[in-house]
Amino acid sequence: MMRSALALLALLAFAPAAKAQPLVADLSSHLIAITTGFAGTELLLFGATEGEGDVVVIVRGPDSETSVRRKARVAGLWINRDEMRFAGAPAFYRVAASKPLAEFVPPALRQRYQIGTDYLRLQAPADAAPEEVASFRAGLLRNKEAQDLYDAEIGRVSFLGPRLFRTRILFPANVPTGAYSVEVLLVRGGQVIGAQTTPMFVNKVGVGADIYDFAHDWAAIYGLLAVLIAVFAGWAAGAIFRK
Amino acid sequence: MLIYLPLAEVSVDVFLLLLLGGGVGFLSGLFGVGGGFLMTPLLIFVGIPPAVAVGSEAAQIVAASVSGVLAHMRRGNVDFRMGGVLLAGGLVGSTLGVQIFKLLQGLGQIDLFVSLAFVAVLGTIGLLMLVESVRALRRRSGGRRAAPVKRHQHLWIHGLPLKMRFPRSMLYISAIAPFSIGLGVGILAALMGVGGGFIMVPAMIYLLGMPTSVVVGTSLFQIVFVTANVTFLQAWQNQTVDIVLALLLLVGGVVGAQFGVRAGAKLRGEQLRGLLALMVLGVAAKLLVDLVSTPDDLYSLGSRSKAGA
Repeated sequence: MMRSALALLALLAFAPAAKAQPLVADLSSHLIAITTGFAGTELLLFGATEGEGDVVVIVRGPDSETSVRRKARVAGLWINRDEMRFAGAPAFYRVAASKPLAEFVPPALRQRYQIGTDYLRLQAPADAAPEEVASFRAGLLRNKEAQDLYDAEIGRVSFLGPRLFRTRILFPANVPTGAYSVEVLLVRGGQVIGAQTTPMFVNKVGVGADIYDFAHDWAAIYGLLAVLIAVFAGWAAGAIFRK
Repeated sequence: MLIYLPLAEVSVDVFLLLLLGGGVGFLSGLFGVGGGFLMTPLLIFVGIPPAVAVGSEAAQIVAASVSGVLAHMRRGNVDFRMGGVLLAGGLVGSTLGVQIFKLLQGLGQIDLFVSLAFVAVLGTIGLLMLVESVRALRRRSGGRRAAPVKRHQHLWIHGLPLKMRFPRSMLYISAIAPFSIGLGVGILAALMGVGGGFIMVPAMIYLLGMPTSVVVGTSLFQIVFVTANVTFLQAWQNQTVDIVLALLLLVGGVVGAQFGVRAGAKLRGEQLRGLLALMVLGVAAKLLVDLVSTPDDLYSLGSRSKAGA
Protein backbone atom coordinates (compact mmCIF):
# COMPACT_ATOMS: atom_id res chain seq x y z
CA MET A 1 0.00 0.00 0.00
CA MET A 2 2.86 2.33 0.96
CA ARG A 3 4.60 1.61 -2.28
CA SER A 4 1.57 2.34 -4.40
CA ALA A 5 0.95 5.57 -2.52
CA LEU A 6 4.53 6.62 -3.26
CA ALA A 7 4.05 5.69 -6.87
CA LEU A 8 0.94 7.86 -7.01
CA LEU A 9 2.94 10.77 -5.63
CA ALA A 10 5.64 10.13 -8.18
CA LEU A 11 3.02 10.16 -10.92
CA LEU A 12 1.74 13.48 -9.66
CA ALA A 13 5.20 14.97 -9.46
CA PHE A 14 6.12 13.96 -13.00
CA ALA A 15 2.72 14.62 -14.50
CA PRO A 16 3.86 17.74 -16.39
CA ALA A 17 6.58 15.71 -18.09
CA ALA A 18 4.00 13.17 -19.22
CA LYS A 19 1.91 15.80 -20.95
CA ALA A 20 2.21 14.14 -24.34
CA GLN A 21 0.49 11.01 -23.03
CA PRO A 22 -3.26 11.23 -22.40
CA LEU A 23 -3.14 8.26 -20.03
CA VAL A 24 -0.62 6.75 -17.62
CA ALA A 25 -1.39 3.77 -15.43
CA ASP A 26 0.40 1.10 -13.47
CA LEU A 27 -0.27 -1.83 -11.18
CA SER A 28 0.83 -2.18 -7.57
CA SER A 29 2.51 -5.42 -8.66
CA HIS A 30 3.10 -7.20 -11.94
CA LEU A 31 3.44 -10.62 -10.41
CA ILE A 32 0.99 -12.67 -8.41
CA ALA A 33 2.87 -15.45 -6.71
CA ILE A 34 0.84 -18.53 -5.91
CA THR A 35 2.53 -19.88 -2.82
CA THR A 36 1.47 -22.79 -0.64
CA GLY A 37 -0.65 -20.51 1.54
CA PHE A 38 -2.21 -18.60 -1.38
CA ALA A 39 -5.82 -17.63 -0.71
CA GLY A 40 -6.40 -15.00 -3.39
CA THR A 41 -5.07 -11.47 -3.56
CA GLU A 42 -5.87 -7.94 -4.62
CA LEU A 43 -3.96 -5.61 -6.89
CA LEU A 44 -4.29 -1.88 -7.08
CA LEU A 45 -4.36 -0.25 -10.48
CA PHE A 46 -3.75 3.49 -10.46
CA GLY A 47 -3.05 6.17 -12.99
CA ALA A 48 -3.63 9.65 -14.26
CA THR A 49 -5.48 11.03 -17.28
CA GLU A 50 -4.79 14.14 -19.29
CA GLY A 51 -7.97 16.16 -19.64
CA GLU A 52 -11.58 14.98 -19.67
CA GLY A 53 -12.68 11.40 -20.11
CA ASP A 54 -13.76 8.20 -18.46
CA VAL A 55 -11.73 5.11 -17.82
CA VAL A 56 -12.36 1.43 -18.61
CA VAL A 57 -10.08 -1.31 -17.28
CA ILE A 58 -10.09 -4.79 -18.84
CA VAL A 59 -8.17 -7.63 -17.20
CA ARG A 60 -7.68 -10.79 -19.24
CA GLY A 61 -6.02 -14.07 -18.33
CA PRO A 62 -4.35 -16.24 -20.97
CA ASP A 63 -6.67 -17.35 -23.79
CA SER A 64 -7.23 -21.04 -24.17
CA GLU A 65 -9.46 -23.48 -25.96
CA THR A 66 -12.27 -24.25 -23.54
CA SER A 67 -14.54 -27.23 -23.84
CA VAL A 68 -18.14 -26.97 -22.65
CA ARG A 69 -20.13 -30.11 -22.03
CA ARG A 70 -23.86 -30.50 -21.76
CA LYS A 71 -25.52 -33.16 -19.68
CA ALA A 72 -28.49 -35.11 -20.92
CA ARG A 73 -30.69 -37.63 -19.19
CA VAL A 74 -29.86 -41.17 -20.26
CA ALA A 75 -31.67 -44.06 -18.56
CA GLY A 76 -32.43 -41.84 -15.56
CA LEU A 77 -28.85 -40.63 -15.14
CA TRP A 78 -27.50 -37.22 -16.06
CA ILE A 79 -24.40 -37.76 -18.16
CA ASN A 80 -22.22 -35.58 -20.36
CA ARG A 81 -23.48 -35.88 -23.92
CA ASP A 82 -22.66 -32.97 -26.23
CA GLU A 83 -19.51 -30.96 -26.25
CA MET A 84 -18.50 -27.69 -27.90
CA ARG A 85 -15.04 -26.16 -27.93
CA PHE A 86 -14.52 -22.43 -27.91
CA ALA A 87 -11.29 -20.75 -28.91
CA GLY A 88 -10.27 -17.39 -27.49
CA ALA A 89 -11.85 -17.72 -24.07
CA PRO A 90 -9.72 -15.91 -21.49
CA ALA A 91 -8.93 -17.95 -18.40
CA PHE A 92 -9.77 -14.92 -16.28
CA TYR A 93 -11.78 -11.79 -17.11
CA ARG A 94 -12.74 -8.62 -15.27
CA VAL A 95 -13.95 -5.20 -16.34
CA ALA A 96 -14.02 -2.02 -14.28
CA ALA A 97 -15.21 1.43 -15.32
CA SER A 98 -15.56 4.91 -13.86
CA LYS A 99 -19.21 5.23 -14.97
CA PRO A 100 -21.92 2.78 -16.07
CA LEU A 101 -20.73 1.51 -19.46
CA ALA A 102 -24.01 2.36 -21.21
CA GLU A 103 -23.41 6.05 -20.46
CA PHE A 104 -20.13 6.46 -22.27
CA VAL A 105 -19.07 3.38 -24.27
CA PRO A 106 -20.93 2.83 -27.55
CA PRO A 107 -21.57 -0.82 -28.59
CA ALA A 108 -19.04 -0.56 -31.43
CA LEU A 109 -16.29 0.16 -28.92
CA ARG A 110 -17.41 -2.61 -26.62
CA GLN A 111 -17.32 -4.95 -29.58
CA ARG A 112 -13.86 -3.85 -30.62
CA TYR A 113 -12.24 -3.95 -27.18
CA GLN A 114 -14.35 -6.87 -25.89
CA ILE A 115 -15.75 -4.89 -22.97
CA GLY A 116 -18.17 -7.00 -20.91
CA THR A 117 -18.76 -10.75 -21.02
CA ASP A 118 -21.44 -10.33 -23.71
CA TYR A 119 -18.82 -8.90 -26.02
CA LEU A 120 -16.14 -11.57 -25.55
CA ARG A 121 -15.13 -13.04 -28.89
CA LEU A 122 -15.47 -16.76 -28.25
CA GLN A 123 -14.98 -18.69 -31.47
CA ALA A 124 -17.25 -21.68 -31.86
CA PRO A 125 -16.72 -24.35 -34.54
CA ALA A 126 -17.89 -23.01 -37.93
CA ASP A 127 -20.37 -25.83 -38.51
CA ALA A 128 -22.26 -25.39 -35.23
CA ALA A 129 -25.90 -24.24 -35.28
CA PRO A 130 -26.25 -20.64 -34.02
CA GLU A 131 -28.79 -21.42 -31.27
CA GLU A 132 -26.55 -24.24 -30.02
CA VAL A 133 -23.58 -21.89 -29.96
CA ALA A 134 -25.62 -19.37 -27.99
CA SER A 135 -26.65 -21.87 -25.31
CA PHE A 136 -23.16 -23.39 -25.00
CA ARG A 137 -21.70 -19.90 -24.83
CA ALA A 138 -24.13 -18.97 -22.06
CA GLY A 139 -23.15 -22.20 -20.29
CA LEU A 140 -19.47 -21.27 -20.51
CA LEU A 141 -20.06 -17.79 -19.09
CA ARG A 142 -22.26 -19.15 -16.28
CA ASN A 143 -19.65 -21.71 -15.24
CA LYS A 144 -16.80 -19.23 -15.37
CA GLU A 145 -18.81 -16.82 -13.24
CA ALA A 146 -19.68 -19.58 -10.78
CA GLN A 147 -15.95 -20.28 -10.44
CA ASP A 148 -15.36 -16.56 -9.87
CA LEU A 149 -13.12 -16.43 -12.94
CA TYR A 150 -15.42 -14.10 -14.89
CA ASP A 151 -17.57 -11.37 -13.47
CA ALA A 152 -20.52 -9.96 -15.35
CA GLU A 153 -20.63 -7.12 -12.82
CA ILE A 154 -18.59 -4.08 -13.82
CA GLY A 155 -16.07 -3.08 -11.16
CA ARG A 156 -15.62 0.53 -10.01
CA VAL A 157 -12.85 2.82 -11.13
CA SER A 158 -12.85 5.80 -8.78
CA PHE A 159 -11.46 9.22 -9.58
CA LEU A 160 -9.58 11.14 -6.93
CA GLY A 161 -10.04 14.64 -8.15
CA PRO A 162 -10.29 15.32 -11.88
CA ARG A 163 -7.24 13.35 -13.10
CA LEU A 164 -6.14 10.60 -10.73
CA PHE A 165 -7.94 7.28 -10.80
CA ARG A 166 -7.65 3.97 -9.08
CA THR A 167 -9.35 0.57 -8.92
CA ARG A 168 -8.89 -2.66 -7.05
CA ILE A 169 -8.73 -5.94 -8.93
CA LEU A 170 -9.56 -9.03 -6.89
CA PHE A 171 -7.96 -12.35 -7.83
CA PRO A 172 -9.56 -15.41 -6.21
CA ALA A 173 -7.61 -18.39 -4.82
CA ASN A 174 -8.25 -20.40 -7.99
CA VAL A 175 -6.77 -17.76 -10.33
CA PRO A 176 -5.26 -19.56 -13.35
CA THR A 177 -1.53 -19.21 -13.98
CA GLY A 178 -0.07 -17.54 -17.05
CA ALA A 179 0.45 -14.19 -18.75
CA TYR A 180 -2.28 -11.62 -18.14
CA SER A 181 -2.92 -8.28 -19.75
CA VAL A 182 -4.42 -5.24 -18.08
CA GLU A 183 -5.80 -2.84 -20.66
CA VAL A 184 -6.71 0.70 -19.63
CA LEU A 185 -8.75 2.85 -22.02
CA LEU A 186 -9.50 6.54 -21.78
CA VAL A 187 -12.82 7.27 -23.50
CA ARG A 188 -14.05 10.71 -24.42
CA GLY A 189 -17.07 11.42 -26.60
CA GLY A 190 -17.45 7.76 -27.56
CA GLN A 191 -13.86 7.59 -28.78
CA VAL A 192 -10.81 5.93 -27.28
CA ILE A 193 -8.33 8.75 -26.97
CA GLY A 194 -5.73 6.94 -24.93
CA ALA A 195 -4.89 3.31 -24.26
CA GLN A 196 -2.26 1.50 -22.30
CA THR A 197 -1.72 -2.25 -21.90
CA THR A 198 0.26 -3.50 -18.94
CA PRO A 199 1.42 -7.11 -18.71
CA MET A 200 1.03 -9.08 -15.52
CA PHE A 201 1.92 -12.63 -14.52
CA VAL A 202 0.38 -15.21 -12.27
CA ASN A 203 2.98 -17.81 -11.39
CA LYS A 204 3.33 -20.62 -8.95
CA VAL A 205 6.36 -20.11 -6.78
CA GLY A 206 8.00 -21.97 -3.92
CA VAL A 207 7.69 -25.60 -2.94
CA GLY A 208 4.30 -26.07 -4.58
CA ALA A 209 5.64 -24.84 -7.92
CA ASP A 210 8.68 -27.09 -7.64
CA ILE A 211 6.47 -30.09 -6.92
CA TYR A 212 4.22 -29.24 -9.86
CA ASP A 213 7.13 -28.82 -12.28
CA PHE A 214 8.81 -31.98 -11.05
CA ALA A 215 5.58 -34.01 -11.33
CA HIS A 216 5.10 -32.89 -14.94
CA ASP A 217 8.68 -32.81 -16.23
CA TRP A 218 9.92 -35.96 -14.50
CA ALA A 219 6.63 -37.81 -14.16
CA ALA A 220 8.11 -41.33 -13.88
CA ILE A 221 10.69 -40.34 -11.26
CA TYR A 222 8.03 -38.37 -9.38
CA GLY A 223 5.88 -41.51 -9.39
CA LEU A 224 8.70 -43.64 -7.98
CA LEU A 225 9.46 -41.02 -5.34
CA ALA A 226 5.79 -40.73 -4.41
CA VAL A 227 5.69 -44.49 -3.80
CA LEU A 228 8.91 -44.39 -1.75
CA ILE A 229 7.68 -41.45 0.33
CA ALA A 230 4.37 -43.21 0.95
CA VAL A 231 6.11 -46.44 2.00
CA PHE A 232 8.49 -44.59 4.30
CA ALA A 233 5.77 -42.41 5.82
CA GLY A 234 3.59 -45.44 6.43
CA TRP A 235 6.44 -47.38 7.99
CA ALA A 236 7.47 -44.42 10.18
CA ALA A 237 3.89 -43.82 11.32
CA GLY A 238 3.53 -47.48 12.23
CA ALA A 239 6.84 -47.48 14.10
CA ILE A 240 5.90 -44.39 16.12
CA PHE A 241 2.58 -45.81 17.24
CA ARG A 242 3.86 -49.32 17.98
CA LYS A 243 5.83 -47.94 20.93
CA MET B 1 -5.71 -22.28 7.18
CA LEU B 2 -5.80 -22.78 3.44
CA ILE B 3 -3.17 -24.78 1.64
CA TYR B 4 -2.69 -24.76 -2.10
CA LEU B 5 -2.41 -28.35 -3.31
CA PRO B 6 0.16 -28.27 -6.10
CA LEU B 7 -1.29 -30.95 -8.41
CA ALA B 8 -4.96 -30.69 -7.51
CA GLU B 9 -4.52 -26.93 -8.17
CA VAL B 10 -7.09 -25.99 -5.57
CA SER B 11 -6.84 -24.38 -2.14
CA VAL B 12 -8.29 -26.50 0.63
CA ASP B 13 -8.42 -26.02 4.38
CA VAL B 14 -5.61 -28.03 6.02
CA PHE B 15 -7.76 -28.83 9.02
CA LEU B 16 -10.56 -30.12 6.82
CA LEU B 17 -8.11 -32.56 5.22
CA LEU B 18 -6.67 -33.62 8.58
CA LEU B 19 -10.21 -34.07 9.87
CA LEU B 20 -11.18 -36.14 6.84
CA GLY B 21 -8.06 -38.26 7.21
CA GLY B 22 -8.68 -38.60 10.93
CA GLY B 23 -12.35 -39.45 10.51
CA VAL B 24 -11.79 -42.08 7.85
CA GLY B 25 -8.73 -43.35 9.79
CA PHE B 26 -10.92 -43.68 12.89
CA LEU B 27 -13.45 -45.71 10.92
CA SER B 28 -10.77 -47.91 9.38
CA GLY B 29 -9.30 -48.56 12.82
CA LEU B 30 -12.77 -49.22 14.19
CA PHE B 31 -13.89 -51.58 11.46
CA GLY B 32 -10.56 -52.94 10.28
CA VAL B 33 -11.10 -51.73 6.71
CA GLY B 34 -8.86 -49.68 4.46
CA GLY B 35 -11.15 -46.71 4.10
CA GLY B 36 -10.27 -45.84 0.51
CA PHE B 37 -13.82 -46.53 -0.57
CA LEU B 38 -15.00 -43.78 1.79
CA MET B 39 -12.09 -41.38 1.29
CA THR B 40 -12.21 -41.06 -2.49
CA PRO B 41 -15.90 -40.01 -2.63
CA LEU B 42 -15.41 -37.67 0.35
CA LEU B 43 -12.46 -35.97 -1.37
CA ILE B 44 -14.65 -35.47 -4.43
CA PHE B 45 -17.40 -34.00 -2.20
CA VAL B 46 -14.97 -31.37 -0.82
CA GLY B 47 -13.93 -30.27 -4.29
CA ILE B 48 -10.78 -32.22 -5.17
CA PRO B 49 -10.90 -33.10 -8.88
CA PRO B 50 -11.94 -36.81 -9.11
CA ALA B 51 -8.82 -37.79 -11.04
CA VAL B 52 -6.54 -36.30 -8.37
CA ALA B 53 -8.66 -37.82 -5.59
CA VAL B 54 -8.22 -41.30 -7.09
CA GLY B 55 -4.47 -40.93 -7.74
CA SER B 56 -3.59 -39.39 -4.38
CA GLU B 57 -5.75 -41.81 -2.44
CA ALA B 58 -3.76 -44.68 -3.97
CA ALA B 59 -0.57 -43.19 -2.48
CA GLN B 60 -2.29 -42.78 0.88
CA ILE B 61 -3.40 -46.44 0.87
CA VAL B 62 0.18 -47.55 0.20
CA ALA B 63 1.28 -45.62 3.28
CA ALA B 64 -1.64 -46.78 5.42
CA SER B 65 -1.14 -50.46 4.51
CA VAL B 66 2.65 -50.71 4.91
CA SER B 67 2.76 -50.95 8.69
CA GLY B 68 -0.19 -53.36 8.66
CA VAL B 69 1.45 -55.75 6.23
CA LEU B 70 4.73 -55.63 8.17
CA ALA B 71 2.89 -56.54 11.36
CA HIS B 72 1.14 -59.45 9.63
CA MET B 73 4.43 -60.66 8.13
CA ARG B 74 6.05 -60.72 11.56
CA ARG B 75 3.20 -62.89 12.80
CA GLY B 76 3.47 -65.17 9.77
CA ASN B 77 -0.04 -64.29 8.57
CA VAL B 78 0.88 -63.76 4.92
CA ASP B 79 0.55 -66.54 2.33
CA PHE B 80 3.25 -65.31 -0.03
CA ARG B 81 2.42 -67.85 -2.72
CA MET B 82 -1.25 -66.90 -2.80
CA GLY B 83 -0.30 -63.25 -2.41
CA GLY B 84 2.03 -63.57 -5.39
CA VAL B 85 -0.71 -64.95 -7.66
CA LEU B 86 -3.20 -62.30 -6.46
CA LEU B 87 -0.52 -59.68 -7.01
CA ALA B 88 0.25 -60.88 -10.56
CA GLY B 89 -3.44 -60.44 -11.39
CA GLY B 90 -3.50 -57.13 -9.52
CA LEU B 91 -0.57 -55.69 -11.45
CA VAL B 92 -2.13 -56.60 -14.80
CA GLY B 93 -5.52 -55.28 -13.66
CA SER B 94 -4.24 -51.99 -12.27
CA THR B 95 -2.11 -51.29 -15.34
CA LEU B 96 -5.17 -51.95 -17.49
CA GLY B 97 -7.27 -49.80 -15.14
CA VAL B 98 -4.99 -46.78 -15.45
CA GLN B 99 -5.27 -46.98 -19.26
CA ILE B 100 -9.08 -47.20 -19.03
CA PHE B 101 -8.95 -44.23 -16.65
CA LYS B 102 -6.96 -42.19 -19.15
CA LEU B 103 -9.35 -43.09 -21.96
CA LEU B 104 -12.46 -42.16 -19.95
CA GLN B 105 -10.86 -38.92 -18.84
CA GLY B 106 -10.33 -37.96 -22.48
CA LEU B 107 -13.96 -38.75 -23.26
CA GLY B 108 -15.18 -36.61 -20.35
CA GLN B 109 -16.89 -39.58 -18.72
CA ILE B 110 -14.50 -40.32 -15.85
CA ASP B 111 -16.59 -38.52 -13.21
CA LEU B 112 -19.68 -40.43 -14.24
CA PHE B 113 -17.81 -43.71 -14.29
CA VAL B 114 -16.17 -43.20 -10.88
CA SER B 115 -19.55 -42.26 -9.36
CA LEU B 116 -21.34 -45.21 -10.95
CA ALA B 117 -18.64 -47.64 -9.88
CA PHE B 118 -18.91 -46.38 -6.31
CA VAL B 119 -22.70 -46.59 -6.32
CA ALA B 120 -22.59 -50.17 -7.59
CA VAL B 121 -19.80 -51.40 -5.31
CA LEU B 122 -20.81 -49.51 -2.16
CA GLY B 123 -24.49 -50.28 -2.66
CA THR B 124 -23.84 -54.01 -3.00
CA ILE B 125 -21.32 -54.27 -0.18
CA GLY B 126 -23.41 -52.08 2.13
CA LEU B 127 -26.55 -54.18 1.56
CA LEU B 128 -24.71 -57.47 2.07
CA MET B 129 -23.12 -56.23 5.29
CA LEU B 130 -26.40 -54.85 6.57
CA VAL B 131 -28.21 -58.14 5.93
CA GLU B 132 -25.40 -60.07 7.56
CA SER B 133 -25.25 -57.94 10.68
CA VAL B 134 -29.04 -57.87 11.10
CA ARG B 135 -29.05 -61.67 10.85
CA ALA B 136 -26.23 -61.94 13.36
CA LEU B 137 -28.05 -59.64 15.80
CA ARG B 138 -31.27 -61.69 15.43
CA ARG B 139 -29.36 -64.92 15.95
CA ARG B 140 -27.77 -63.55 19.06
CA SER B 141 -31.08 -62.45 20.52
CA GLY B 142 -32.62 -65.81 19.55
CA GLY B 143 -29.83 -67.58 21.40
CA ARG B 144 -28.81 -69.75 18.44
CA ARG B 145 -25.16 -70.07 17.43
CA ALA B 146 -24.00 -69.11 13.99
CA ALA B 147 -23.31 -71.98 11.64
CA PRO B 148 -19.56 -72.15 11.06
CA VAL B 149 -18.41 -71.18 7.59
CA LYS B 150 -17.78 -74.34 5.61
CA ARG B 151 -14.41 -74.55 3.96
CA HIS B 152 -13.43 -76.83 1.11
CA GLN B 153 -16.83 -76.82 -0.46
CA HIS B 154 -16.75 -78.07 -4.00
CA LEU B 155 -17.43 -74.98 -6.09
CA TRP B 156 -17.16 -74.52 -9.86
CA ILE B 157 -13.84 -72.82 -9.11
CA HIS B 158 -12.28 -76.15 -8.26
CA GLY B 159 -12.93 -77.47 -11.76
CA LEU B 160 -10.57 -74.95 -13.37
CA PRO B 161 -7.20 -76.06 -14.77
CA LEU B 162 -3.68 -74.88 -13.76
CA LYS B 163 -3.94 -76.18 -10.22
CA MET B 164 -1.39 -74.98 -7.70
CA ARG B 165 -0.58 -76.00 -4.17
CA PHE B 166 -0.82 -73.25 -1.49
CA PRO B 167 0.61 -74.92 1.64
CA ARG B 168 0.16 -71.91 3.92
CA SER B 169 -3.55 -71.75 3.09
CA MET B 170 -3.83 -75.54 2.94
CA LEU B 171 -5.39 -75.32 -0.51
CA TYR B 172 -4.89 -77.04 -3.84
CA ILE B 173 -6.78 -74.90 -6.33
CA SER B 174 -6.50 -73.44 -9.79
CA ALA B 175 -4.26 -70.37 -10.00
CA ILE B 176 -6.80 -68.83 -12.38
CA ALA B 177 -9.22 -68.09 -9.53
CA PRO B 178 -6.91 -65.94 -7.35
CA PHE B 179 -5.40 -64.38 -10.48
CA SER B 180 -8.86 -63.26 -11.66
CA ILE B 181 -9.77 -61.91 -8.24
CA GLY B 182 -6.50 -59.98 -8.20
CA LEU B 183 -7.20 -58.72 -11.72
CA GLY B 184 -10.68 -57.44 -10.86
CA VAL B 185 -9.49 -55.77 -7.68
CA GLY B 186 -6.56 -54.22 -9.56
CA ILE B 187 -8.89 -52.61 -12.10
CA LEU B 188 -11.05 -51.22 -9.28
CA ALA B 189 -7.96 -49.94 -7.45
CA ALA B 190 -6.88 -47.95 -10.49
CA LEU B 191 -10.32 -46.61 -11.39
CA MET B 192 -11.66 -45.87 -7.93
CA GLY B 193 -8.60 -45.15 -5.78
CA VAL B 194 -9.42 -47.96 -3.38
CA GLY B 195 -7.36 -50.82 -2.02
CA GLY B 196 -10.11 -53.30 -2.71
CA GLY B 197 -9.79 -55.21 0.55
CA PHE B 198 -13.53 -54.97 1.07
CA ILE B 199 -14.01 -57.10 -2.05
CA MET B 200 -10.89 -59.24 -1.87
CA VAL B 201 -11.34 -60.40 1.73
CA PRO B 202 -14.84 -61.87 1.22
CA ALA B 203 -13.74 -63.36 -2.12
CA MET B 204 -10.75 -65.05 -0.48
CA ILE B 205 -12.90 -66.50 2.29
CA TYR B 206 -15.98 -67.54 0.36
CA LEU B 207 -14.67 -68.23 -3.14
CA LEU B 208 -11.16 -69.51 -2.50
CA GLY B 209 -11.85 -70.98 0.94
CA MET B 210 -8.74 -69.53 2.55
CA PRO B 211 -8.40 -69.72 6.34
CA THR B 212 -9.37 -66.38 7.90
CA SER B 213 -6.09 -66.14 9.81
CA VAL B 214 -4.08 -65.45 6.64
CA VAL B 215 -6.75 -63.57 4.67
CA VAL B 216 -6.16 -60.05 6.01
CA GLY B 217 -2.35 -60.24 5.89
CA THR B 218 -2.35 -61.70 2.38
CA SER B 219 -4.82 -59.14 1.04
CA LEU B 220 -2.79 -56.29 2.59
CA PHE B 221 0.33 -57.73 0.94
CA GLN B 222 -1.41 -57.59 -2.45
CA ILE B 223 -2.88 -54.13 -1.76
CA VAL B 224 0.47 -52.51 -0.91
CA PHE B 225 2.03 -53.56 -4.21
CA VAL B 226 -1.02 -52.96 -6.38
CA THR B 227 -1.67 -49.47 -4.99
CA ALA B 228 2.06 -48.73 -5.32
CA ASN B 229 1.74 -49.68 -8.99
CA VAL B 230 -1.36 -47.48 -9.34
CA THR B 231 0.41 -44.58 -7.65
CA PHE B 232 3.38 -44.89 -9.98
CA LEU B 233 1.30 -45.22 -13.15
CA GLN B 234 -1.18 -42.44 -12.25
CA ALA B 235 1.75 -40.13 -11.46
CA TRP B 236 3.61 -41.08 -14.61
CA GLN B 237 0.75 -41.08 -17.12
CA ASN B 238 -1.87 -38.72 -15.71
CA GLN B 239 0.04 -36.52 -13.20
CA THR B 240 -2.76 -36.97 -10.70
CA VAL B 241 -0.86 -37.99 -7.54
CA ASP B 242 -0.75 -35.02 -5.18
CA ILE B 243 1.81 -36.09 -2.62
CA VAL B 244 1.00 -33.14 -0.33
CA LEU B 245 -2.64 -34.20 -0.25
CA ALA B 246 -1.70 -37.85 0.35
CA LEU B 247 0.62 -37.00 3.25
CA LEU B 248 -1.94 -34.73 4.92
CA LEU B 249 -4.54 -37.48 4.74
CA LEU B 250 -2.01 -39.96 6.07
CA VAL B 251 -1.16 -37.86 9.13
CA GLY B 252 -4.84 -37.54 10.01
CA GLY B 253 -5.44 -41.19 9.17
CA VAL B 254 -2.66 -42.61 11.35
CA VAL B 255 -3.85 -40.72 14.41
CA GLY B 256 -7.52 -41.44 13.74
CA ALA B 257 -6.86 -45.16 13.30
CA GLN B 258 -5.29 -45.42 16.78
CA PHE B 259 -8.43 -44.04 18.37
CA GLY B 260 -10.57 -46.21 16.13
CA VAL B 261 -8.84 -49.40 17.26
CA ARG B 262 -9.37 -48.46 20.91
CA ALA B 263 -13.04 -47.57 20.38
CA GLY B 264 -13.52 -50.80 18.43
CA ALA B 265 -12.42 -52.88 21.40
CA LYS B 266 -15.40 -51.56 23.39
CA LEU B 267 -18.13 -52.13 20.80
CA ARG B 268 -19.78 -55.30 19.59
CA GLY B 269 -18.88 -56.68 16.17
CA GLU B 270 -22.39 -56.98 14.74
CA GLN B 271 -23.35 -53.47 15.77
CA LEU B 272 -20.11 -52.18 14.26
CA ARG B 273 -20.77 -53.93 10.99
CA GLY B 274 -24.32 -52.60 10.94
CA LEU B 275 -23.01 -49.08 11.49
CA LEU B 276 -20.42 -49.40 8.75
CA ALA B 277 -23.08 -50.80 6.41
CA LEU B 278 -25.32 -47.79 7.02
CA MET B 279 -22.44 -45.42 6.39
CA VAL B 280 -21.46 -47.16 3.17
CA LEU B 281 -25.09 -47.09 1.99
CA GLY B 282 -25.26 -43.40 2.89
CA VAL B 283 -22.31 -42.54 0.65
CA ALA B 284 -23.75 -44.66 -2.16
CA ALA B 285 -27.13 -42.96 -1.81
CA LYS B 286 -25.60 -39.48 -1.93
CA LEU B 287 -23.67 -40.36 -5.10
CA LEU B 288 -26.77 -41.88 -6.69
CA VAL B 289 -28.93 -38.85 -5.83
CA ASP B 290 -26.30 -36.62 -7.47
CA LEU B 291 -26.44 -38.72 -10.62
CA VAL B 292 -30.22 -38.91 -10.83
CA SER B 293 -31.37 -35.45 -9.74
CA THR B 294 -31.44 -32.67 -12.27
CA PRO B 295 -28.15 -30.74 -12.01
CA ASP B 296 -28.20 -27.01 -11.23
CA ASP B 297 -26.45 -26.36 -14.51
CA LEU B 298 -26.58 -28.80 -17.41
CA TYR B 299 -23.44 -27.24 -18.81
CA SER B 300 -19.99 -27.79 -17.37
CA LEU B 301 -16.46 -26.97 -18.43
CA GLY B 302 -14.21 -29.78 -19.59
CA SER B 303 -10.47 -30.03 -19.32
CA ARG B 304 -8.89 -27.17 -21.17
CA SER B 305 -5.88 -27.58 -23.35
CA LYS B 306 -3.69 -24.64 -22.58
CA ALA B 307 -2.61 -22.63 -25.57
CA GLY B 308 1.00 -21.65 -25.03
CA ALA B 309 2.19 -21.25 -21.45
